[in-house]
Amino acid sequence: MENPTNQLLRPQYVLPEQLVKANLAVTSCFQCRKCSGGCPLTFAMDLLPHHVIRLALLGQEERVFDSMTIWVCSGCQTCTSRCPNGIDIAGTMDWLKEEAVRRGRTLPDDMVATFHRIFLESLRDAGGRLSESGLLRRFTLFKMRRQPDFAGLKADLSLGWKLWKRGRVRWRGPSALRGKGEIAEIFRKVEF
Amino acid sequence: MKVTYYPGCSLEGTAVDYAASIAGVASLLDVDLVELFDWNCCGASSAHSLNHQLALHLPARNLALAEKAGRDVVAPCALCFNRLKVAEKTLQGPQGEELGLSYRGGFKIWDLLDFLTQNAFLESLAAKVVLPLMNLKAVCYYGCLVARPPAVTDRADSENPQNMERLLEVLGATPLDWSFKTDCCGAGLALARPDIIDTLVQRLYERALAAGAECFVVSCQMCQANLDLCQERIARKFGQDYYLPVFYFTELMGLAVGHPQAPHWLAQHLVDPMPLLKMKGII
Ligand code: SF4
Ligand code: SF4
Repeated sequence: MENPTNQLLRPQYVLPEQLVKANLAVTSCFQCRKCSGGCPLTFAMDLLPHHVIRLALLGQEERVFDSMTIWVCSGCQTCTSRCPNGIDIAGTMDWLKEEAVRRGRTLPDDMVATFHRIFLESLRDAGGRLSESGLLRRFTLFKMRRQPDFAGLKADLSLGWKLWKRGRVRWRGPSALRGKGEIAEIFRKVEF
Repeated sequence: MKVTYYPGCSLEGTAVDYAASIAGVASLLDVDLVELFDWNCCGASSAHSLNHQLALHLPARNLALAEKAGRDVVAPCALCFNRLKVAEKTLQGPQGEELGLSYRGGFKIWDLLDFLTQNAFLESLAAKVVLPLMNLKAVCYYGCLVARPPAVTDRADSENPQNMERLLEVLGATPLDWSFKTDCCGAGLALARPDIIDTLVQRLYERALAAGAECFVVSCQMCQANLDLCQERIARKFGQDYYLPVFYFTELMGLAVGHPQAPHWLAQHLVDPMPLLKMKGII
């Protein structure tokens, strides 16, 4: 395998150009690390936010697309709010997630991506509003198929029962909207 | 006063307690919340993580509906508020035309807490307080998205918002200073990565206790869910014995003015606030 330092000495321009075109000005980063300093999720990240920005700027596609960081980022917007150069770091994380999926890359851990996909499918199938219980059912099924965890399932069910007793579970989802055709059209247009 | 109300999906589901307390305090302050007709889900974190076009088009449909109604829009959910604001900014910018969505705006999009803590409301509320929440030591927890990023939320005080503290003072409670009021609870990662929520929220519990807090006050149902629903699990995981009720600010408003339904809203929480309120002589 090529020495990573040599890789860094040969920047690739495709990725930074794409990002800048999407108004994500990673090229303005001067590595002050303020983004990473304020990020509450660094404990679960493999690259720090300023690493992601730097590697994206150098066009190191493999490293950014294969990092856990982009999926662990909660979108809390602390970095974006504080960057002295006005870089939308949280927006960059989102862009990288979307692009990783679009390119069909193997994700380091697809739990988060799958959750988002199921969320949007539930919303689409329900005709415009999210059915929380529908989302829960689908996501729990996915988790159990992936890796049966009966202790986890029991804990989830017990929480669900407590919520149910307090009138906080709506078993039947929301009814479809009057404008459900418009919603379907939106999903078609954005190719989801 | 009439405003357009955009409740968002959770308020029809797990956050019915928040929804009920909002209805209760709105009528008390003569605010007529007219629900946006046929509103749709804003797409939440999932849309902006996987499809930026979807993340604009979903709230844009709501904005188009709100434009027809012509009144200011109030959103109780931090994420809904944020997504509506992002869509507003985008549609008003150069990208708006490219997307083929015409939007003139001309109305303001409010986060519910911001809306209800305008001076006029605080003054009329002060006159209605019959059960001041004496000695209730609370930390105000705003979470991420009502404040950040300022370019989207149009808030100058995004690092240190103060309006929930002002509200608590009007209600007679004791808001405490702490540095974690706009920190992240993990929100949308709750189902996919509960381990992350545990770490983030346990940190919040510890910081709140270190500040001397007996409870949290929140303005977002995702914050409420992560702090309230996960408390037992987190306490077990970290071998601690946490007891930190998590109130919506609207519930405390209802309590202080003696709203008859207030105990009912609180009974829907998982961490039962009654022992604390009894100890303080509030209930
Ligand atoms: S805060 Fe902005 S300029 Fe500083 S390292 Fe992060 S992205 Fe770069
Ligand atoms: S938006 Fe993501 S990267 Fe930025 S501070 Fe929050 S969690 Fe960290």
